[in-house]
Amino acid sequence: MAVLEILVYPDPRLAHASQSVPAFDKNLHKFIEDLEETMHAGPGGVGIAAPQVDVLQRIVIVDVSGKPKVSSHGRLILINPQIVANGGGLVGREGCMSVPDYTGNVVRAKTIQVVAYDEFGERQEYACEGYEARVIQHEIDHLDGLLFLDRLVSRRRDLFRRKTYA
Amino acid sequence: MKKWFMVTVVGKDRPGIVAHISEALYQGGCQLGEASMMRLGGNFTIMLMVEHDTEAKTLSELLEAPADALGLRIHVDEIEGHLHEHLFPDVSVMVHGADRLGIVAQVTHVLAEAGLNILDLESDVAGTEQEPIYIMHVEGVAAKGIETLELALDSLVTEGIEVRLTPIDTMIA
Ligand SMILES: [Zn+2]
Repeated sequence: MAVLEILVYPDPRLAHASQSVPAFDKNLHKFIEDLEETMHAGPGGVGIAAPQVDVLQRIVIVDVSGKPKVSSHGRLILINPQIVANGGGLVGREGCMSVPDYTGNVVRAKTIQVVAYDEFGERQEYACEGYEARVIQHEIDHLDGLLFLDRLVSRRRDLFRRKTYA
Repeated sequence: MKKWFMVTVVGKDRPGIVAHISEALYQGGCQLGEASMMRLGGNFTIMLMVEHDTEAKTLSELLEAPADALGLRIHVDEIEGHLHEHLFPDVSVMVHGADRLGIVAQVTHVLAEAGLNILDLESDVAGTEQEPIYIMHVEGVAAKGIETLELALDSLVTEGIEVRLTPIDTMIA
């Protein structure tokens, strides 16, 4: 096992889109171990995406089980994940291991339905909400080359922008 | 040697102030740090961290031209400033009530006693002239825990001030 080096913004590699994982083999399992160790090495890390350690593959680890009062599926390995449905919207405070010394408000879907493969190539489907749903959306953004900085809304007024109705 | 200064600018609000101030600082070879601009009662206000290798007086002179042109008052202090030293709040407190003297003093006193270190405060007077209402938003670190704050605030709610406390659980991923 090894703690991998985390790319830090403005490293241009963080803006690249990742490729689908083609094979569920030993190399993948080894990499997932390292990725998970890297996630736990930082303070409070609840998720990580492979491109954060310069591996452009659609692999995400999410584990919010350490948070009290948060409903979750425990440790999730999401490979080639896709959000197939979402609902609602919530503002929440986010930070990122690839963006040190900054946190900001981001709007995310409140509930999501995720289809992904586990590390053995089995198709899984999860219904997630709230905090866990937020982490997954943050990580899938990494797979698409996006950071939470790309989605910031005002820190001062953490309300939705008012919609104008005709 | 490079030093950090806090530059405070106040004046009647009009478009283009930030652009003029930052242009003058840029031309004078200054680096900008953290900054916060607010429009308060129709006034332009900004506080900004500026890094430069001169004295406060030189920095003031640098800003004289835009200040005169735009009718702004400028104040410069040398500070012990550092970047990358953010503290992150773990609680948000929203307060609203009928506008009256002492609401800020009362609420912030109770919060301070209960261990809140305020990192960000914003308040406003809204409603009408006849019936003004007061709205305040505070974010900070609850040094004695959020339950301690909750308990302390219970006493206030009975006095016609609405207080809503929300934990900020920052997600790091
Ligand atoms: Zn991230």
